[in-house]
Amino acid sequence: MIRVILPPHLRTLAHVSGEVLLDVEGQATQRSVLDALEGSYPMLRGTIRDHVTQERRPFLRFFACSEDLSHEPPDTPLPDAVVSGDEPLLVIGAIAGG
Amino acid sequence: MSKVRVLVGTRKGAFLLSSDGKREKWDVSGPHFAGWEIYHVKGSPADPNRIYASQTSGWFGQVIQRSDDGGKTWFQPGTPPGEPTTSPDGMPKGESNKFVYDTSADTGKPLTTHQFYDGTQHPWEFKRVWHIEPSHTDPDTLFAGVEDAALFRSTDGGKSWHELAGLRGHGTGPKWQPGAGGMCLHTIIQDRKNPNRIYIAISAAGAFRTDDAGKTWRPINRGLRSQYIPDPEAEVGHCVHHVALHPSRPDVLFMQKHWDVMRSDNGGDSWHEVSGNLPSDFGFVIDVHAHEPETIYVVPIKSDGEHFVPEGKLRVYRSRTGGNEWEPLTKGLPQSDCYVNVLRDAMAVDSLDSCGIYFGTSGGQVYASSDAGDSWTPIVRDLPAVLSVEVQTLP
Repeated sequence: MIRVILPPHLRTLAHVSGEVLLDVEGQATQRSVLDALEGSYPMLRGTIRDHVTQERRPFLRFFACSEDLSHEPPDTPLPDAVVSGDEPLLVIGAIAGG
Repeated sequence: MSKVRVLVGTRKGAFLLSSDGKREKWDVSGPHFAGWEIYHVKGSPADPNRIYASQTSGWFGQVIQRSDDGGKTWFQPGTPPGEPTTSPDGMPKGESNKFVYDTSADTGKPLTTHQFYDGTQHPWEFKRVWHIEPSHTDPDTLFAGVEDAALFRSTDGGKSWHELAGLRGHGTGPKWQPGAGGMCLHTIIQDRKNPNRIYIAISAAGAFRTDDAGKTWRPINRGLRSQYIPDPEAEVGHCVHHVALHPSRPDVLFMQKHWDVMRSDNGGDSWHEVSGNLPSDFGFVIDVHAHEPETIYVVPIKSDGEHFVPEGKLRVYRSRTGGNEWEPLTKGLPQSDCYVNVLRDAMAVDSLDSCGIYFGTSGGQVYASSDAGDSWTPIVRDLPAVLSVEVQTLP
């Protein structure tokens, strides 16, 4: 199972309180994980990726295993620790405020 | 006894303020959608329990919310309230948040660019819904005015949206440009006597009218003068802030432009200025008394560079003559050290016998008057900055 941690506002939208666990068919990549996430939680469509271009929204980042994966191509395999469920994939909202 | 429900959108959530017809004691519900920008909340005239909200975020994009029980519970259209959203059946499709510009050759003349701040051409990019306008006759039909400026319609209660592309496609789009707040379609007015006629307004493009239910559109800006565009009397490019009319006289329009308060007596075919003795003719809101078609309200703002009320005094100005002659309404409003703004969708009127007027400020106050503006009291003082105010008059 792939573990995904969403920012609080998206957890509220999806009506989940903790981590999201996803079964991902085939190779686990950003694209396949987000496809699975939106398949289970369609109300998140458009909130992480643009509805039309499917590109990551500019104020969001993808972190895992202490690495910033935001600029990796969407079909790049995710780290083994994410695939095995030892580490989560984090969807992070860019810091704002001051 | 009649009741009123004030629908308030703020920078950090929505609030519903309810009272009986006396409008003295208020129940405050919220924040709904806490932490999100709520650009607009509006109820269906055909079914007061049906309320729509535009929930938006620079991080997460656009979400449309709907209530079928007067704001007690909310859901994204396509997900029946109470159903588990993770169930394989009855899941939302996510389509209710999807606003995609029409690029087909059949339904418009697709445009790819408008004018950007620097005068160059820029592609249309959807950002958010500024204004929701439910149909007067069908709770499942509603319009959405969006940024970058376009008009969308849903006929299935907000589950899916389709652009009325004739507006962007009519030809002047490359001359439209964003105002400071973005290139937004912020005003949608349906003519209750003629369902084929709709008025809309865009910052900064101007006002437009359709007479065939949205298929074709034309600019209605003759008489407007704007010094911030190369030709001050151009067909489009004017920063119209808001337009209002009285339902009984749909050909008489009142406009708060960037600068200038304007009036048209012929459905927008021509306009003339009615700023008269206002201390500043810059402002955002304008509205019309529910029972007196010649009584109108504005809140003058100091200037386009100083978005707060002049002289530290929060004053609503009322004209009982359809413009030109204005009186300040100050009773109950702060008259010193006040520097708030009142945004374009942040004023509304109820339809009780003694007409109620409501407006919200950038300082988080929502003021109410139950005597047509003669006196004011704050319903709430410390909300997040108010983006929009609507009111429902309930049986």
